[in-house]
Amino acid sequence: MVDKIVFFAAAAACLAGAVGVIWSKNPVHSALSLVGTLFGIAIHFVNLGAHFLAAVQVVVYAGAIVVLFLFVIMLLGVDKAEQLEVDPLGGQRPAAAVVAIAGVALLALLAVRGVQVTTGESSKIAALDSGPSNIVLLGRALFTDYVFAFEVTSVLLVIAVVGAVVMARRAPKDEVSAQ
Amino acid sequence: MNVPEWWYLVLSAVLFSLGALGLLIRRNPLVMFMCVELMLNAVNLTFVTFSRSLNDIGGQVVVFFVLVVAAAEVTVGLGIIVSILRRKPGTTADDLSLLKG
Repeated sequence: MVDKIVFFAAAAACLAGAVGVIWSKNPVHSALSLVGTLFGIAIHFVNLGAHFLAAVQVVVYAGAIVVLFLFVIMLLGVDKAEQLEVDPLGGQRPAAAVVAIAGVALLALLAVRGVQVTTGESSKIAALDSGPSNIVLLGRALFTDYVFAFEVTSVLLVIAVVGAVVMARRAPKDEVSAQ
Repeated sequence: MNVPEWWYLVLSAVLFSLGALGLLIRRNPLVMFMCVELMLNAVNLTFVTFSRSLNDIGGQVVVFFVLVVAAAEVTVGLGIIVSILRRKPGTTADDLSLLKG
């Protein structure tokens, strides 16, 4: 019973945040609504027993990514309201709404029908109820079965950092003209 | 009494579609990026739900990787947006037609 109350509270936070991201005219309000969604998802993770991911969700998403968004908004000074009344492409919004409703219907149908036909081997990597805590299981899986993928993500992060630095740097010509 | 799995799946379907809707109708590149984050989070919720329904840690490991890739994507994407908006302030996604030829 408590689980269900928590589910509905967190789901309301998620959906209100998602609607806020789309409907806010000011990008700052969108970013703050995004925090609501991310916290709601973190609560769902706790409810589903993924405690480590819930902590990472709050630290990485709400703590780092949203702050990065707000930082960029403030840096660029684009925190003024966007004109939402005009539809630059005629009929695009009704078409987008139809696509979204069809998407919800299709995905929800798959979700409702899909649970009964969930295929795949149960407890292939490590069973959640096998004894060790969630974080122990996750760490073991990460450094045994998924160690190659883990190393590849480290390469990906290095590439992303190098790319960001190269993009943010001014070209040498600009430096000369700035002096 | 646990929450049935399909409640989570329907919720993540709705969240994913809201993200897709926002991506289609918004013009500000920053808000479009936030909508991509919404879609990624909806998928993460699905992975964790299936992780519980199959009683396996594998789905949670995938979510971990999605978090890492999302962080890298935001770093590079915001870098691109900053360098575009520095040159042309107030640019929307419609104005970025430089590659049209």
